[in-house]
Amino acid sequence: MIADKKNIDLIDSSGNKAAKAITVENIVKTYTVKKTVVDALKGISFAVEKGEIFGIIGPDGAGKTSLFRILTTLLLADSGKATVDGYDVVKDYKAIRNRVGYMPGKFSLYQDLSIQENLEFFATIFNTSIEENYDMIKEIYQQIEPFKTRKAGQLSGGMKQKLALCCALIHKPSVLFLDEPTTGVDAVSRKEFWEMLHQLKLQGITILVSTPYMDEAGLCDRVALIQKGVILSINTPKGITGEFGKPLWSVKANEMFHLMNSIKADPEVESCYPFGQYHHVVFKSQENVKEKLERIAREGNYTGFEVHAIEPNIEDCFMALMNTHNP
Amino acid sequence: MRVLKFLLQKELRQIFRDKAIIRVLFIMPMIQLLILPLAADYEIKNINLGVVDHDHSEYSRKLVNKIISSGYFRLKDYSPSFEQGLHAIEKDKTDLILEIPAKFERDLVKENEATLLVAVNAINGVKAGLGGAYIQGIIQGYNQDVRMQWIQFPRINPQPTIEVTFSDWFNPNMNYRVFMVPGILVMLVTIIGSSFASNNIVREKEMGTIEQINVSPIKKWQFILGKLIPFWMLALVVLTIGFTIARVVYGIVPLGHYITIYIFASIYLLAILGLGLLLSTYAQTQQQSMLVSFFLTMIFNLLSGLFTPIESMPAWAQMITKFNPVSYFIEVMRMVVLKGSGLSDIRYHILAMLGFAIFFNSWAILNYRKRSG
Repeated sequence: MIADKKNIDLIDSSGNKAAKAITVENIVKTYTVKKTVVDALKGISFAVEKGEIFGIIGPDGAGKTSLFRILTTLLLADSGKATVDGYDVVKDYKAIRNRVGYMPGKFSLYQDLSIQENLEFFATIFNTSIEENYDMIKEIYQQIEPFKTRKAGQLSGGMKQKLALCCALIHKPSVLFLDEPTTGVDAVSRKEFWEMLHQLKLQGITILVSTPYMDEAGLCDRVALIQKGVILSINTPKGITGEFGKPLWSVKANEMFHLMNSIKADPEVESCYPFGQYHHVVFKSQENVKEKLERIAREGNYTGFEVHAIEPNIEDCFMALMNTHNP
Repeated sequence: MRVLKFLLQKELRQIFRDKAIIRVLFIMPMIQLLILPLAADYEIKNINLGVVDHDHSEYSRKLVNKIISSGYFRLKDYSPSFEQGLHAIEKDKTDLILEIPAKFERDLVKENEATLLVAVNAINGVKAGLGGAYIQGIIQGYNQDVRMQWIQFPRINPQPTIEVTFSDWFNPNMNYRVFMVPGILVMLVTIIGSSFASNNIVREKEMGTIEQINVSPIKKWQFILGKLIPFWMLALVVLTIGFTIARVVYGIVPLGHYITIYIFASIYLLAILGLGLLLSTYAQTQQQSMLVSFFLTMIFNLLSGLFTPIESMPAWAQMITKFNPVSYFIEVMRMVVLKGSGLSDIRYHILAMLGFAIFFNSWAILNYRKRSG
């Protein structure tokens, strides 16, 4: 709830909504599945500045795709208001369709058409041509151009993604919506992809990108952490880690599972969760914390015990925010 | 217009790239037209006959011989009692029993009158009806023969008799192929029209490509026409192949103009494609659209008058055929091919078909949403 209040302040303080690339106010969306109502979005609000890379970070089922579909005029929200590039998503949907690029989460180009044919097709349905906007896609397209007669279905994941990005960019959109663009793509392609996004940002395009990968949050200008249709926090990546507020400890031993149980048994421990090879631990009070952990290790006869004080990252913040929202 | 042209280009490219579809499109009509008309024969032959002869006379033997020599019947069982004969029917050895009573010959000679019993297995209604009718006709002929032998007719027949001769108009040789082939052609074009287009749109839904199209400024009518026109052309090509086969293989040349048929077919295809598009706006997966279009074309074909005459259907079923576009096309086909009807003869059919086309297509366009609730 704290986060929601902040969002509203953000919009009010700017005063002039037209200056924003995207504004979202109290958007609610529910689905009815077999008579049970599922809340996909529970009244979320935020605003995206022009020329910003704004990340929507959250696990699967957080409501990311519903939000994207509402903003790209594919889905009607139950209530709330949203604008894209100053246009209302309900009233001015036609104007929006001319100026946004959308890359859905699933690779959705024609598998049986070649790279060039796909690109030509998407250029045509947006009433433009490849030649007209070639400068827009040049840098990305050059990487896949050697294979331009190859069918899209036969491309590698990274190339498919570049092609999809070209197709979303071919009509010079002012706002780009990328729904989980890096899901199922290898680490190298992911890195390349983010570099491309930063290039596009330099051309003045506003990018709204969603991802379930917390490590990508640091590459955005600002991020919104979203879970179960609620925004937990909106800030710069640094700001979010700065909000963490408490020292974080990372511990390791050869008997990880038992270690977790013994740490959780301590009443002073606020939270303890597995994180890669380590457990991350936060204490309620910060006195003699290291000694406490070492004592637990001694009493439990843990071997290979290690303890470090570490800087929290976005995932730690997400876990902490999740705990405060769902105690 | 540029967008529409490009949509068509893309659609045709995709169709021609899919080798499986092309094969189905061109091989299916050939196989169906070469096999179905030869197999779907209305004449019933090889009816298995069981005879229960209590008489064992010259006359009874003659009767049985006459029946068998007609070519429609095969003597499969010769039982001494009716019970045993019935047993043969139960075992599906025979379809029909002819019981000749004892003293058949004596009664016929002395009393000028004898009775026979014909029992038919009516599990297959068509076979039973036709088999019964054939055997009655043969027995009547036999009766005539016997009378001819016996009586020297007086100059004036003491009993007035009516002799019927008939000629079959429009199909003088009662060649059922002339009757079936155009109908099967309609069936084919219908299958292509109703399922191919709808599957194509649903595939875009499944692949997610429709999302990309929906966020674009493309107009609904452009999208729908872009889907409709390629399959409309394809179905007309298949129709042409069908007519070529009909002409070369079966020697069927329409009495009327090909143009008349093509004009009607063009409108008919708009209606059927509209129906396919309508299905595609509701279906979410290709399986759904396949099953529904399969179900509909099945009903349409069975209630079209292709296999059984509409006039012999119950009144409620005849009402349904009024709402069945296929029945109109089959009627038009037969009118033009066999009777040589022209455009003015089929004007009501054309009007009805225009109605179907407008109804299905506008429903499809209204129901196609670029965004969902």
